[in-house]
Amino acid sequence: MNFHAIRAIYLFEMARTWRTLLQSIVSPVISTSLYFVVFGAAIGSRISEINGISYGAFIVPGLIMLSLLTQSISNASFGIYFPKFVGTIYELLSAPVSYLEIVISYVGAAASKSIILGLIILATAALFVPLQIQHPGWMLLFLVLTAVTFSLFGFIIGIWAGNFEQLQLVPMLIVTPLTFLGGSFYSIDMLPPFWRTVSLFNPVVYLVSGFRWSFFGISDVNVGISLGMTLVFLVACLIAVWWIFRTGWRIKA
Amino acid sequence: MIAMQPIISVSNLSKTYASGFSALKNINLDISRGEIFALLGPNGAGKTTLISIICGIVNPTEGMVLADGHDIVRDYRDARSRIGLVPQELTTDAFETVWATVSFSRGLFGKPANPAHIEKILKDLSLWEKKDSKIMTLSGGMKRRVMIAKALSHEPQILFLDEPTAGVDVELRRDMWEVVRSLRETGVTVILTTHYIEEAEQMADRVGVISKGEIILVEEKAELMRKLGRKQLKLQLQSQLDSLPPALASHGLELADGGHEIVYTYDAQGERTGITALLKDLNDNGIRFKDLQTSQSSLEEIFVNLVSERR
Repeated sequence: MNFHAIRAIYLFEMARTWRTLLQSIVSPVISTSLYFVVFGAAIGSRISEINGISYGAFIVPGLIMLSLLTQSISNASFGIYFPKFVGTIYELLSAPVSYLEIVISYVGAAASKSIILGLIILATAALFVPLQIQHPGWMLLFLVLTAVTFSLFGFIIGIWAGNFEQLQLVPMLIVTPLTFLGGSFYSIDMLPPFWRTVSLFNPVVYLVSGFRWSFFGISDVNVGISLGMTLVFLVACLIAVWWIFRTGWRIKA
Repeated sequence: MIAMQPIISVSNLSKTYASGFSALKNINLDISRGEIFALLGPNGAGKTTLISIICGIVNPTEGMVLADGHDIVRDYRDARSRIGLVPQELTTDAFETVWATVSFSRGLFGKPANPAHIEKILKDLSLWEKKDSKIMTLSGGMKRRVMIAKALSHEPQILFLDEPTAGVDVELRRDMWEVVRSLRETGVTVILTTHYIEEAEQMADRVGVISKGEIILVEEKAELMRKLGRKQLKLQLQSQLDSLPPALASHGLELADGGHEIVYTYDAQGERTGITALLKDLNDNGIRFKDLQTSQSSLEEIFVNLVSERR
């Protein structure tokens, strides 16, 4: 293992976060606060409690998931796309690092950022609504698993993307809609039966549901299924990354 | 000198890109330890592809490369940790400082931090004053130096310089030659590609010429210039000539500069250069000259001849 390289890349990527603090930390926190104000206070006051939990508190896990997914993808995809775009990837390719080391360092850095961000949002949320976390261990597990999985997914997008538009394409057209429709702001039990069934095909439902369970002990789907689905997606991403490096797809001629 | 294992050994290397373009055709090349080797060739000849394969950026289609005895594919860690690469394009991180980016490169190549070494490199490359500057604030020449510093950060034994002085001013070019020479004194093998022949002529020990994906010649530079170098004698005439007298036909002269100059081309290696006979014949024909120069063909002319012969 080339630990010096893993450390160098990881610190390089984290340094980028501190350098772009406004964009990478402050802006997600502000937008989340806005969600609280709009959904939690303005609309929430007109929505009755869901399973005995105030609406403001109910949306907290969903909001964290929303940021976790979008930020993991954007951090990781940008982290690997940018060297490709400006050409500095030559150095990575000519360095004595294995593919595993590259993935660990880039994905590790992107996931670390999202986890930090998720915890900051959680702390911000605690300022607005009284929060309880029934299963803190599970909460952290879902947080870490989701951050890692979607950072891997972002890494794949970053390698696939041929331009900045494509880089935004998947997050904007697929991930954001899936998150909004994935029960971040409502329980899918509130939907008519048909749409409820449709929702079960949305993978984000399982992530939000499992995460919410770790807070309140209530969920739309069984927590075991949530965990299983998260792991399935993680493994799928791992296989895709393994294939990318094996074939040199979009990286090496 | 004891015959040593070459530091780079390329055998039967071919590269065909997915588009079907055949960039390299069965390349065989050995680079000796400690030499400065110049790879010459026109644009698109395959220079960068060859370097990119050796450095691990492009996959070979066929063949094998050993770097200091290590297969570049199978033992890529051992091979790559010995190699530093300065690519042709100025690709740097804009927002990093010089110090951070050079230290990053050292870590990436698996070496523990060594501030003293980084300091030495930056001083050698006149970058020390700029160590805390962001790269985007540097001039093009300075960025080129940063890229060299990055390539040297992990103390490589082999340094590839791909078109090191393309678009670089004269002063920096001379500085860079100095750096390359001092590197060789420390035992580093330098392989540079260029289409500025002057560069090869100034620095290289050996020259390889590549054209259309094939190595067409590898030769000691001095030997190459001796073998292929031709000399010219130019005589500026006192009075203009409309044509050469028939009596001088056997010398193969050319009339230049509107009849004010006679050019005589001869083989510098020959036992007899024919100069004495020429001067005597000129005298006998009453042709008087006011000045004369001799010049040796440069590597550039040799190279142009070589490549154009193949077309």
